[in-house]
Amino acid sequence: MKPRKGSFVRSMLAIIWKDLAAELRSRELVSAMLVFALLVIFIFNFALELDAQARATVTAGVLWVTFTFAGTIGLNRSMAVEKDRGCLDGLLLAPVDRSAIYFGKMLSNLAFMLMMAVIILPVYSLFYNVNLFNPALVLVIFLGSLGYVTVGTLLSSMAVQARTRDILLPILLFPVVLPLVVAAVKASTVVLAGQPLGDALAYLNLMIVYDVIFIAVAFMVFDFVVEE
Amino acid sequence: MIEVRKLVKRFGHKTVLKKLDFDAQQGEFVALLGPNGAGKTTFLRILATLSRPSLGLVKIAGFQLPGQASAVRSRLGVVSHLPLLYGDLTAEENLRFFGQLYNVEHLKTRVDTVLDLVGLSNRRRDMVRTFSRGMQQRLAIGRAIIHDPDVLLLDEPHTGLDQDACEMLDKVLLQVSARGHTLVMTSHDLARAAGLASRFDILTRGRIQASVQSDALAEDGLLAFYRQTLEQSTTEAAV
Repeated sequence: MKPRKGSFVRSMLAIIWKDLAAELRSRELVSAMLVFALLVIFIFNFALELDAQARATVTAGVLWVTFTFAGTIGLNRSMAVEKDRGCLDGLLLAPVDRSAIYFGKMLSNLAFMLMMAVIILPVYSLFYNVNLFNPALVLVIFLGSLGYVTVGTLLSSMAVQARTRDILLPILLFPVVLPLVVAAVKASTVVLAGQPLGDALAYLNLMIVYDVIFIAVAFMVFDFVVEE
Repeated sequence: MIEVRKLVKRFGHKTVLKKLDFDAQQGEFVALLGPNGAGKTTFLRILATLSRPSLGLVKIAGFQLPGQASAVRSRLGVVSHLPLLYGDLTAEENLRFFGQLYNVEHLKTRVDTVLDLVGLSNRRRDMVRTFSRGMQQRLAIGRAIIHDPDVLLLDEPHTGLDQDACEMLDKVLLQVSARGHTLVMTSHDLARAAGLASRFDILTRGRIQASVQSDALAEDGLLAFYRQTLEQSTTEAAV
């Protein structure tokens, strides 16, 4: 059999398929993220006994705190599955561009984040009495989640090598995603207040630039991050 | 097939491999023996392209590491004491997934052939997490040979297996060896290595201290050779 190099797109799609198929059977990752996210919603709901107007001003913040914390659980679990059975070595042994491995993992993490968002948004809408079914909000959530998993996948592949990976990931991740989360909260606040999307343009631009920069950084450095 | 010259590997101030030389020809089955901490796994991880050499020359199938790592990877299969398999995928799905990463032609036929070879055709649709340790290790060999590599690296593949599973694994390894693959296996089990390999290299203190062909050894001679080499190495270190 003639040795062949794996194609970038085929390898990336294979990794996405593998992650989705495994998750569909185990339901470990999404269910953990979901339960955690719902608990955060409940806790905030009872902790913030505010009047309707004050509640409306914090909705976006609570929404992104929920996404951020639940997302960390998903990122940790997604990489731990690879590490625990030596599967990360199995991936790194394959003759594929290592950035294909990164993009495969990143896109499956994005799919898990968006699945969680689709399930918790109706619950959120109910508790906070706001209309979250808004195309502009979908755009903000997509851009925010994309940036979050872009950085998160890169840092979780670093943190997974450490004994204290569960603690290490949030410590590394939260300071780096802070500008993204702030922009996402501000943009969401504008959208939820019913103002035109143009008012949130600066924040949307910031999120797009953040996403592009960190996708490029991850593409360049992933090879070195996973090297021993 | 494998050529290693003056290989040095350092972790910080600690030098694990000290100007190690090693060769393996096409079709050879080399058992790499040595005490814990000798550097066997480090050496195998460098050959597997999972770790970079600090100094020295490493060539596999004519390609040099680390510069031509991708070309080397397509010619390598690796089996370790961890299965490197996904528990929530079936045996067939695991092989198909890794086959896609290696861009294997006629993948469906190849998966069938490999499952037959490792004796798991009847469990092809079962989740890997339901497999015994022995079955997982056989499937791990299937994963490692899905792309028909020239070189198979085995890092203590018998760890954690019971007697029956070890025998089954040996049978598969001998079948793979008979197909002309080059095998390099680290092991602590001298008796088992003696029944498999065509050459034995003793790695201690970061170097290959001695090497012997299996046909040059008397029956049960491997243990004596191993002990003698270690004693010699200890004496040299003391001097």
